Amino acid sequence: MTIPEGFDPKLAHMVSQWPHDRPLNACRFDSAGRFVFCGSEDAAVERFSLADGSRTVLNGGHQTWVRAIACSKDGVHAISGGCDGKITWWESAAIEPKPIRSIDAHKGWIRSLDISPDGTLLVSGGNDNIVRLWNINDGSLVREFSGHLRHVYCVTFSPQGEFILSGDLTGGLRQWDTTTGKEVRTFDATPLHSYNGGQQVDFGGIRAIAVSPDGKWLVAGGLHKATNPLGAVHEPLVLLFDWQTQKLEKQLIAEGITQGVIWRLKWLSDGSIMGLCGGGSGGFLVFWKPETEKDYHRFQLPGLARDMDLHPDGLQVATAHFDRHLRVSRLAAKAT
Amino acid sequence: MKINYACRSAEHGVARRQFLGSMAATSAGLMAGGLGVFSSPVIAQQLRSVQKRIVVFNMHGGLSQLESWDPKPGTGTGGPFLSIPTSVPGIHVSELLPQTAQQMHHLCLVRGVNTSEDDHGKGAYMMLTGRRQTPAGNFPQLGAVAAKALTPADSALPGHILITPGGSGGRGNDSAYLGPKYSSIYLGNGNPPQNTTRPENMAETSDAARQDFRRAVNERFLNRRRTAVTEAFAYSYEQAEQLMRQRDVFDVTKEPAAELERYGTHDFGRHCLLARRLLEQGITCVQLSHSNYDTHNENFNFHIEQMGEFDRSFSCFVADLAARGMLDSTLIVVLSEFGRTPNINQYYGRDHWSRAWSVCLAGCRIPRGAVYGKTNADGTAVEDGQVDHGALFHTYLQAAGVDSTGSFDIDGRDMPIADPSTAAVSQLLT
Repeated sequence: MTIPEGFDPKLAHMVSQWPHDRPLNACRFDSAGRFVFCGSEDAAVERFSLADGSRTVLNGGHQTWVRAIACSKDGVHAISGGCDGKITWWESAAIEPKPIRSIDAHKGWIRSLDISPDGTLLVSGGNDNIVRLWNINDGSLVREFSGHLRHVYCVTFSPQGEFILSGDLTGGLRQWDTTTGKEVRTFDATPLHSYNGGQQVDFGGIRAIAVSPDGKWLVAGGLHKATNPLGAVHEPLVLLFDWQTQKLEKQLIAEGITQGVIWRLKWLSDGSIMGLCGGGSGGFLVFWKPETEKDYHRFQLPGLARDMDLHPDGLQVATAHFDRHLRVSRLAAKAT
Repeated sequence: MKINYACRSAEHGVARRQFLGSMAATSAGLMAGGLGVFSSPVIAQQLRSVQKRIVVFNMHGGLSQLESWDPKPGTGTGGPFLSIPTSVPGIHVSELLPQTAQQMHHLCLVRGVNTSEDDHGKGAYMMLTGRRQTPAGNFPQLGAVAAKALTPADSALPGHILITPGGSGGRGNDSAYLGPKYSSIYLGNGNPPQNTTRPENMAETSDAARQDFRRAVNERFLNRRRTAVTEAFAYSYEQAEQLMRQRDVFDVTKEPAAELERYGTHDFGRHCLLARRLLEQGITCVQLSHSNYDTHNENFNFHIEQMGEFDRSFSCFVADLAARGMLDSTLIVVLSEFGRTPNINQYYGRDHWSRAWSVCLAGCRIPRGAVYGKTNADGTAVEDGQVDHGALFHTYLQAAGVDSTGSFDIDGRDMPIADPSTAAVSQLLT
């Protein structure tokens, strides 16, 4: 992975912010880097143009909240997953995008979507405890992966696409063979889950998974120290596994960020890890290196954020905020 | 506290007979509270043949009305869940209640509850006693009132049972001036009362002999020094003996395994089945809790889990009571200390909200398949049919045939059964 010119997370700064009508849940850049697609606390998908911030509302794809978005590798389609269990395809660059295809994909919420590196497959995970693989061109079901016992919170492909990783509420992180559908192995991410006997609730879960581009590391993010799950008393945590040995090498922490949870993780071009952390103390982009447990830098966002994506240029970062704003930051020095 | 025994009330007559350990039936129709507490002679007559019962589902922490009885899908406050039709055309509930929706023809949703109290303890007190907490006095909870007003005098079982989510069991302190006789007995995590088995090394005849000796000594003492405290002390022994004799009543494992499976293999399923068993055996009031709904954080994730448990077990319970012909004589109340905010906070949570929330009722005189009250489009205020804790408390009792405008005679003093400054909701009584 080439490090883009000017890249320096320590110089991160916000470059744009655009208002929305509702608190935002999800955001993704399109693969051509022209737009950011957002899901929010309503049934619409919204598209923001990076060029001028113009906003387009995409109606008719869902009955309720959109919590997951993925964009096709060729830049043609944006795909949304809703709490109605539907996956809907949209034409990314149309003036007024309409739903191209909508399928009943899961019983219950869809919490996570990802597209295979070769651009042909879409994976989805949701509240029916099932991971499903779809043909991205026609929406047909390719295969499904059963084994999770609780809600599936996150799905992603490995860098070469031969595996699918999925994580659930109780810290079960499963590695599946994309081609055969068989479970290959599991990682123990249970530090991201806890059961509170006093409140009688399971809490936590694997909110984010990312495999390093070189295939050396796997990170899983969420929260720990959940002394009061119902009151949001917990701290963010990232588990760093050796991909080959599955050994838990490090627990990456962010001291001082109270009531925080990791919502997404991305590997950066310099081999460091960027996590989006939202909590009572605000929203942060937190940066770690695999060899160090504590973050080497954190960039405080103007408000709590719930999702994040990295632009294809490796410099711009979109964040979806509770305060009804989409924001774009840049991991480089400010333009002079 | 000295008791005025000159009153010769039915209450004291019953206590004395129970103290003496007599299991012989008392005169037909004699009730612990006296028949004067029933709203009409017709009902009193009916109660001689059919005992009224009350079951309270306490949704501990504050159930979200928007994720249960009063969904607002598609609004800014509605959250991610959709609403679904029910067995009653035109009535919709949250999609988290698919099985309960099929029992809607038995239920009545009260959607205009406004209690104006967002504190857990105070809200719970208000909903369970029908009054605001005051420094000047304490009021008995619904279960204690029901136990006193509805339990037949010759009942060998306690009138007020609390099934708690955990704990080891014991006695509650919820009967206030009605006295410890009407305090709840806790069944910790649905287990039978503690210490209710005879030690293996004690023969039945030996046990009977020591109980007889205890009674004789107590009787001699009480003939000269009877007080409320000594009365309660003696009664507790008698009640413990009754519980030992009827321990199986409280043992849900005596139910068929298929029933346990049908209700759900989690604790709440077991507790609901136990509640059915207790009501069938003649317990007057059973209260059970489902925990925990105080979802300031990730309200929707937690409600998926909690409502999933509740839906299965509660729908089985309602269907079973209906199928067994018990709904006419059993009042079902599903309440919380308050509801949850229409506003969704930054943690996907909802906070405390008492100004516009819901209670679900069924059975006895409650209309079936009905909705009373209405909130506005985003659920922030009651638009029609506003009710509060006091009116609901009257309504519960009236539905079960108790004249809630009457009084209990407590040591010669009239104590209003429910808050005299308010009244039952007539539209909720058929």
